[in-house]
Parts: sequence; structure tokens; C-alpha cells
Amino acid sequence: MNELQFLTWVRGPGLDIAVGIFLLGVLWRLFEIYSLGRKKDLSAPRHAAGASGLHTVFRRSLPPPGLLKRSPVSYIGGYIFHIGLAVVVFGFAPHILLVKNLTGLSWPGLPSQFIDLAAVVTMAAMVVMLVDRINKPVKRFLSTFEDWFTWAVTFLPVLTGWMAVQHLLLPYTTMLAVHILSVEILLIVLPFTKLFHAFTLFGSRWYNGRANAHKGVPV
Amino acid sequence: MQGPLIDTLVRQGVSRRTFLKYCATLASMMALPPSAGLAMAEAMAASRRPSVIWLPFQECTGCTESITRSHSPTIEGMIFDMISLDYQETLMAAAGFQAEEALHNAMKDNYGKYLLIIDGSIPLGVDGAYSCIAGRSNLELLKEAAKGAAAIVAMGSCASFGGIPKANPNPTGAVSVSDIIKDKPIVNIPGCPPIPVVMTGVLAHYLTFGSLPELDDKGRPKAFFGETIHDRCYRRPFYDQGKFAKTFDDEGARNGWCLFELGCKGPVTHNACATAKWNGGTSWPVESGHGCLGCSEPDFWDAGGFYKALSMPADPLKIAAAAAVVGVGAGVAVSFANRAKKGAAKKAHETTTLEDLEK
Repeated sequence: MNELQFLTWVRGPGLDIAVGIFLLGVLWRLFEIYSLGRKKDLSAPRHAAGASGLHTVFRRSLPPPGLLKRSPVSYIGGYIFHIGLAVVVFGFAPHILLVKNLTGLSWPGLPSQFIDLAAVVTMAAMVVMLVDRINKPVKRFLSTFEDWFTWAVTFLPVLTGWMAVQHLLLPYTTMLAVHILSVEILLIVLPFTKLFHAFTLFGSRWYNGRANAHKGVPV
Repeated sequence: MQGPLIDTLVRQGVSRRTFLKYCATLASMMALPPSAGLAMAEAMAASRRPSVIWLPFQECTGCTESITRSHSPTIEGMIFDMISLDYQETLMAAAGFQAEEALHNAMKDNYGKYLLIIDGSIPLGVDGAYSCIAGRSNLELLKEAAKGAAAIVAMGSCASFGGIPKANPNPTGAVSVSDIIKDKPIVNIPGCPPIPVVMTGVLAHYLTFGSLPELDDKGRPKAFFGETIHDRCYRRPFYDQGKFAKTFDDEGARNGWCLFELGCKGPVTHNACATAKWNGGTSWPVESGHGCLGCSEPDFWDAGGFYKALSMPADPLKIAAAAAVVGVGAGVAVSFANRAKKGAAKKAHETTTLEDLEK
């Protein structure tokens, strides 16, 4: 298999398999999670200002008082790399073209130099967060294989995409194929790991917010 | 046309100065030192018609057309005339037994010294019966001609990589020259057709230095195939700005914006079109408004369609819809299993009464 065949495979059967497993996993887990249901809270609801599902959805995006100072890397780094990922994934013209081809949706792209900068900043933030995770004893203690693994499968698409554009290490064709393959691995892994928070994030915040609002606690 | 090349060139109205300029250009295109231009000019001017045998196999004659009719008269064309092309079915006057005799004589007289040019792929299916010349299969002819060759030039994508005949499902079992010949220096000049100046560049290098130019991992001269079309494209700034033509006749197309979204394969194609251009530097495919097809890369024909951008799926998704249905099914089934478990737990729950506590 030469590099063009490799590229054609990841653009063809490889993508088909990855998107298939991704859809299967996402729908399976969403159905399973949301059909679980919870026992009705029979106590009389209490009321408190700022306590509701919607409040919690937004409030959880901000650090609770004092925590930003205690773990700035987690918050600032987390913000930077999530926003950076969104810029790179949804702002780069070839990515938009893929989404357009798969879903029919499209929007204007950003200049590639800006995407380039965003990719570098994203990677830097991710590396800083990894180092922080290794250095902080508590974080390290709490980390399981899944944490290291999901970091790697998130980092690799950014790295390989950036390297492909910059023509580093491997010829562009091979690097582009490796980049697409790394995204396919991410797609396959996403529904079955903590990366599924991309789908459950707001739902679980809403749930926690509501349950606590019933008790009169704004969380 | 006997005698040194320079005499013939002069007869055809090409001055020594023009010829020197041409050689200097060739040398610089091939990233050779400035002195190589002069060395090339001297070597080529004095050249006494090296014997060249050109065997056409499973091909469309487009490669020959590209060289001989690029535009007229070219120095490329003339230099091409200067070599002793002892066998080239399309160009030679002889036919039948005469032609065969010319081939065998050339091979015998110049054994170990001639340059063998192949265009077209070699079919291996049905014992090579898909393409025969004088009742002999291409495979047989190639093996015989390769034995006495000093070097082999695989001209065009078919000879270099199998090309269109090798396209899925490859009905004739087509393969490239390098798939068969392993013990001779081979230079691949892919392209459908290849750029004429690349051919003369390789020829000039061979005549001057007696060796083939530096090749990349696919056997292509690095000087011409070292960079991608995309990296050398004059439309590249539009790609970087995110300005793309969406159709072949929209405003973007009229403004000369990037053709990536229309399926241009420039980013993965190594060739010299963007710099050498075609028809004496007149234009080239992307300049004329069509994306690059990637014709100088192996299996370009099966690379997911000419009008699909590189970031688009090469094939329509086949299993995605079925996978989604299976996913929903699995989710629903697991939901029922979970609910049943919950129901069973509820049923098994024993209510604690006051009497139980007082026991």
C-alpha cells in the first residue's frame, strides 16, 4: 500500500467504519443513559435563588470561588485547549468541507495562519495540563489509564494535523493520512470513554442542578 | 541528421547562445551548480546520438504526443530528434518486419549502452496476451530489451506505476516496469502525460554525467518531483486566506481562487507543473481553471474521485446508517434490561414494618 492508497483508505472504508462505530456508540449510550430514569423525590421542593438546572449548566463553566487560584492550570489550560480545539476543528476550511459533505451544513472558514496559531496554542495548553497532571501528586493519584489514553487520542489529531500542514517529519500525503486515521481513532474511542462528556456535559449538569435545586441548594 | 547535436541545432536556427541559455535553465531547474549548465551544453552539443529504444506497451500514445507536439519547434523536441531513436513505433517510418529488424539491430549493436524508454504498463493477465507486438507479449519484450539496456526510463504514469490500465479492477493485470525489472537503473517520469522538459532534463543529465539524476523513493527525479503542486501553486495564497472557488463558474473561479474544494489534488501531488508549466510556459491545468488530478502519483485514478476535495470522504458512507440503527437498537435493548433489573430489585424489596424493628 503506497501513501496515496493509505490516504484513500482512511478517507473511504476507514472513515466509514469510524463514523459507523461512533454513531452506534453515541446513540447506544445516549439511549441507555437517558432511559435509566431516576426515582421521584417525594419531599416538598425548597426554593433558593439561583438554584435550577439551567443555572448549574452555566455556573459549572465558571470556577467556584477560590478554586481558580488553587488550580489555575486546570481552569485556564482547560479553557484554552477546549476553545482552541473548537477553533481548529470547526474553523479550518477543509474540516468545514468534510462536515458539509456529511451533513450539508457549512459556514465560512478562518485563515489558515490563524488556525495554525490556534493549533500551537492548543497543543501547548494540553502539554502544560499533562505536565501538571504528572507533577501534582493528587492529580496523578486520581489519574487512571483512561485519562492518559484520552489525552493522547485528543492530542494526536491536533499534532498530526499541524505537522501535515507544516510538512514535518513525514511527507504531506502520509501525514495527512495519519492525521485522518488519528481522528478516526478518536471517533471510535469517544463514545466509550470519558470523552463522551462532549455529549453528556450539559445533560448531567442540568440533572445535578435540578436535583440540588429541589433541596434548595444552588450548586 | 548525423554529426554532433550543435551542428544540427545551428542548421535549425538555434544559436549557441540560445542553446547555452537552455542548458543553464535545465541545470538550474534540476538544482545543479551553475557550472553544470556549461558542462551539459558541451556534453550535449558534442553528443553523438546515443541509441534510444522506445517500446510502447499498454498505452495511449499521449506520452509521445506530449513530447513531440508540445509546441513547435521546441529545443526539447529538437534534442529529442537528435538522439538516435532506433525504434519508436509511432514515429518511425518502418513497419512490420523492417521495424522489428531495426529493433534487433539496435539492441545488438549497442548492447549494454542503449537507453530504453518504456511507455505503457505491462499486462500480466492471460500470459500477457492483452498486449502483444509482433506476436510477442510486452513482458517478453521488456525482459529482452532490458537485458542490454544501460538504463531504463519509465515514461508516463503507466510505465512508472501502472497508470490507468492498473485502475481498479485492473482487468489486464497491469504492472509497472519496476515491478518486473529489478537489476537495472530505472528512472520514473510519471505524469499523464509527463512534462516534456522533465524528459529532456533526464536525458541531458544522462548525456552529461553518464548517470541518472537523484531520485526520490518512487524513482522520480527529485529535481522535478521534489515538491508538491500545492506548495508551488500561484493560487496558494487564496488557500491560506480561505478563499475557494465553489463551482467552476462562480465569482471565486473568475477571481482565480483556490480549487481545493473542487477536488484539486495539488497538496498530495509531486510534479513540476506549477513551475515548469506546459506548452512552452504558456499555462498549466490549475492556471486554466481545473484542479490537479494528481496524475504523477501512483493509483491517482482510484484516489476517491477527481472532483472530491481531499478532506471529503472518498466513498459514500455505507455502514453509517445501519450502525446508527444498531446503536439505537442496542440502546433500547439495554434500557429494557436495566428497567427489568430495576423492577426486579423493587419487587424483591421487603418493606420494614414497625413490628420488624421491635423484634
